[in-house]
Amino acid sequence: MSTPVRHRARAVAALAVGALVSVSLAACSSSSSSSGSSSDASAGAASLDAALAAGGEITYWTWTPSAKDQVAAFEKAYPKVKVNLVDTGGAGDNNTKLQNAIKAGSGAPDVVQIEYQSLPQFVLPGNLLDLTPYGIGDLQSKYSASTWGAVAQNKGIWALPQDSGPMVMFYNKTVFDKYGLTVPTTWDEYIAQAKKLHAADPTKFFANDPGDAGYTTSMIWQAGGHPFVADGQNVKINLQDSGSTKWADMWNQLNEAGLLGAIPGWSDQWFQGLGDGTIATLVTGGWMPGVLEASVPSGSGQWRVAPMPTYDANNLVTAENGGSSEAVVKQSANPALAAAFLRWLNSDPESIKIFLASGGFPSTTADLESSDFLNKESAYFGGQKINQVIVDSSKHVASGWQYLPWQSYANSIFSDTVGKSFLNHTDINEGLKAWQEQNVSYGQEQGFTVSTN
Amino acid sequence: MSALATTVRPRRRSFVGLGFVAPFLAVFAFVLVIPVGYSLYLSLFQDKLIGGRSFVGLDNFTRLFADPKFWDGLGRVSLFLAVQVPVMLGLALVAALAIDSGRLRGASFFRISVFLPYAVPGVVAVLMWGFMYGDQFGLAANINSLIGSHVLQPLTPKWILLAIGNIVTWEFVGYNMLIFYSALRSVPGELYEAAAIDGAGSWRVVFSIKLPALRQAIVIATIFSIIGSFQLFNEPNILRTLIPSVISTYFTPNMYAFNLSFAGQQYTYAATLAIVMGVFTAVIAYVVQLRGSREANR
Amino acid sequence: MTTMNRTPRTRGTRTTSHGPFGGPSTRLTLVMVLFALYALLPLAWLVINASKTQPALFSSFGLWFSGPFALIDNITQVFAYDDGIYLRWLGNTLLYVVLGAGGATALATLAGYGLAKYEFPGKRAVWAVVLGAIAIPGTALAVPTFLMFSQLHLTNTIWAIVVPSLVSPFGLYLIWVYALDAVPNEILEAARIDGAGELRTFATIGVRLLTPGIVTVLLFAVVATWNNYFLPLIMLNDPKLFPLTIGLQQWNLKATGVSASPIYNLVIAGSLLAIVPIIAVFLSLQRYWQSGLAAGSVKA
Repeated sequence: MSTPVRHRARAVAALAVGALVSVSLAACSSSSSSSGSSSDASAGAASLDAALAAGGEITYWTWTPSAKDQVAAFEKAYPKVKVNLVDTGGAGDNNTKLQNAIKAGSGAPDVVQIEYQSLPQFVLPGNLLDLTPYGIGDLQSKYSASTWGAVAQNKGIWALPQDSGPMVMFYNKTVFDKYGLTVPTTWDEYIAQAKKLHAADPTKFFANDPGDAGYTTSMIWQAGGHPFVADGQNVKINLQDSGSTKWADMWNQLNEAGLLGAIPGWSDQWFQGLGDGTIATLVTGGWMPGVLEASVPSGSGQWRVAPMPTYDANNLVTAENGGSSEAVVKQSANPALAAAFLRWLNSDPESIKIFLASGGFPSTTADLESSDFLNKESAYFGGQKINQVIVDSSKHVASGWQYLPWQSYANSIFSDTVGKSFLNHTDINEGLKAWQEQNVSYGQEQGFTVSTN
Repeated sequence: MSALATTVRPRRRSFVGLGFVAPFLAVFAFVLVIPVGYSLYLSLFQDKLIGGRSFVGLDNFTRLFADPKFWDGLGRVSLFLAVQVPVMLGLALVAALAIDSGRLRGASFFRISVFLPYAVPGVVAVLMWGFMYGDQFGLAANINSLIGSHVLQPLTPKWILLAIGNIVTWEFVGYNMLIFYSALRSVPGELYEAAAIDGAGSWRVVFSIKLPALRQAIVIATIFSIIGSFQLFNEPNILRTLIPSVISTYFTPNMYAFNLSFAGQQYTYAATLAIVMGVFTAVIAYVVQLRGSREANR
Repeated sequence: MTTMNRTPRTRGTRTTSHGPFGGPSTRLTLVMVLFALYALLPLAWLVINASKTQPALFSSFGLWFSGPFALIDNITQVFAYDDGIYLRWLGNTLLYVVLGAGGATALATLAGYGLAKYEFPGKRAVWAVVLGAIAIPGTALAVPTFLMFSQLHLTNTIWAIVVPSLVSPFGLYLIWVYALDAVPNEILEAARIDGAGELRTFATIGVRLLTPGIVTVLLFAVVATWNNYFLPLIMLNDPKLFPLTIGLQQWNLKATGVSASPIYNLVIAGSLLAIVPIIAVFLSLQRYWQSGLAAGSVKA
């Protein structure tokens, strides 16, 4: 913002020197408060309270359905603050638009929803505000370890977790009963059941996998892979590490045999398939019940939740799938107020209550462990206490997972590479290699030091 | 260019005319000339996430001409152009001749029906066809179950270009039909009377009077269709949300440019691609224009 | 005044048949019935499915009515959804159409008239550049235009949509060709002798004689702006500024991701509502644009 002011000041020459100085001083002081005073966390928290009391106007981009009610509750609690809510429709568009606005140098929001997997690509070029100076680090104990790990990285705290997606297996009990299938606990059993169903009725699919990047990375995560390791400008990409091949070899047994349905995910046909038994199981994040209840009414009473199948029957290991955080954009004209809103949004019990009521799955441990939450019986799932299964999964998420600093670009070319293996029912490892190769050259073009082992 | 020559006696040689043209030229410069210049400038640089912008000379161009993804997309739109444009223009021609023949009941109803899809926003058209193409629950599935096979799978790699071609044809056949029809209406009636006196049959009238009269209209329609094909974007890009593995990020050059800039942050490389495609299209359109007018003068 | 009789306006409304070679042909009519079916079936699909509820949409034959007749209900929902954002999108689209297509027509008319009726230095150069511009893919320019607009802080404003829509090389070309015939130099000369200024002559005589051409250019500019997708897609990020095309696609994407809530019934009903105005405009102004087009298609 200071550049146009400076230009004008220069044009008016000597008379404006005073103004110029004060403008640059203001710029200095605001930047020092955001990066310098990390030592004094309690002062940071106090500055957030002060910002809330002073009031102002901020813009918040999100696609969370409960956002409107959350903002209304916030404005009621802090009448001096006005929050302009912008519904960005979904994660894909949201990233592109944020990228564009940052590139344009204006029009970016103050607070923005970002998926965990896309955080690094905004953190690395310095687009987001480090929240450490505002005492946000004190909130660490409130969040599950895997979600905190996603927002606190690269020597800073870049966002606050909103929801999480510990993976579980959803299965259509009606289909299981009809064809005499048993609920698999390991991937070997999963494959056996898939074959059994396919033999009984080839029009039904035990699993539908149109091949999307988020699912694949989560599956590699569960199998113990660490294909992406980023340390500043040094990035390691190895999509043929032991975890990656472990998953690919397992999943190949379904893919190459043509046992996977290829109904496009999130399409009208997919929703229909979830309702009428065409798709028998769905291994995905714990946020799925909300989607099923809202969008697949005909599946009511048919679906159940079971733990994610594992490679080792005696050792439950899971992964996260999806989920997002909110962050403060560096360009924000009022970073303290933005951070204060963010703190309220993702840690105040009132806000989280509204979020949960809309069917969201929390990242806050207090809510994950509350007995109300755990013992809630879901009518849609035939009275099953589904949260117990999902929360249990959140405790077994494999640690140390990282995404690429350009994950949304990587995801965009996933369909060009690994997606082709799914489409043609060929070896997934070949697709993974192609994906790796394109990411390596992209990373090098962008100035990273990329290694592959 | 023939039109320029027919300007009847230049009126006043002054700047009055320029005054009329100036507002257009000002906006024209702002939204066309300057962006072209700006992209030329950008094409000489490279942006990096780490390290920022640096001058690279013509590297982007060398890289583009060696980029298999670029050629893949260009090859695809060329194939599309070679098949879809003739089919669409052929259909438009048949429809225009039929409506103009005077041997049709309810000609004006047919004229407006065939034209109507042009008024449908491209986005709506693709959403609509996308629903209908579904082979699990869409209209394609209905038809498959009617004929008792699973042959119709518009959203698979084998069919997808055909499926997109169908959408584009549906959208624009009426528009082209109208251009042809309008040209036919301006054929002087005396020509037909003369033909009737000569005892020419209706096919001979079509070939010796109507088709020659349509030559310029066909050249114009071809040029616009070529430009449209090279720019192919909306239809595959919206369908892609349904079938990402079938439609790659570089399915057409335009999609490649879009994804390079907005997913990959490679704005300068995308600008290079835009320039090359612009030059390429302009050259081809110019060649068609030249050939068209040369044959007309024969 | 013989030139007047040769204007495209008169041509377009002529009713004489071009085929005095035989009576009505059943075979030809059948061919055209197929054409009409091809053109209209998808539109019928749209109308039929706009009347279905979301569940019925999935579970019924596409080309016939099924389940409760929910057209009115769907339309009400379209207007009510998200605090009536659809109306806002409709209003935006109208604004872009009025400013963009209206401005494009005005600029094209002025310039086309100027090119046709005046001689001035650099005229050939103007003509060459404009011809070249017709051949440049508009979407290829979108990326540099976006970058330039973002430097000027014009992205995410209505100007990012309106300003690029103001240029219609095809419109300019059409008016130019049309004006050559439709505005006889003798009339302009007479007006000048009467002492009318050039602008006044244009406003009183030129515009009147050019009306069919202007309506044609306006209509095609309206369609182009009404259907504009690529430009707003990259220029806008505030849903409050979206036109209908982007809004509908965003509704379509609502079915995707963690907090998915598909509203296909609203996408379909909203699409139907989006094409009604434009089709109405086309039908009601048929007489004008068909004759205007005739001029463009015979010259070049």
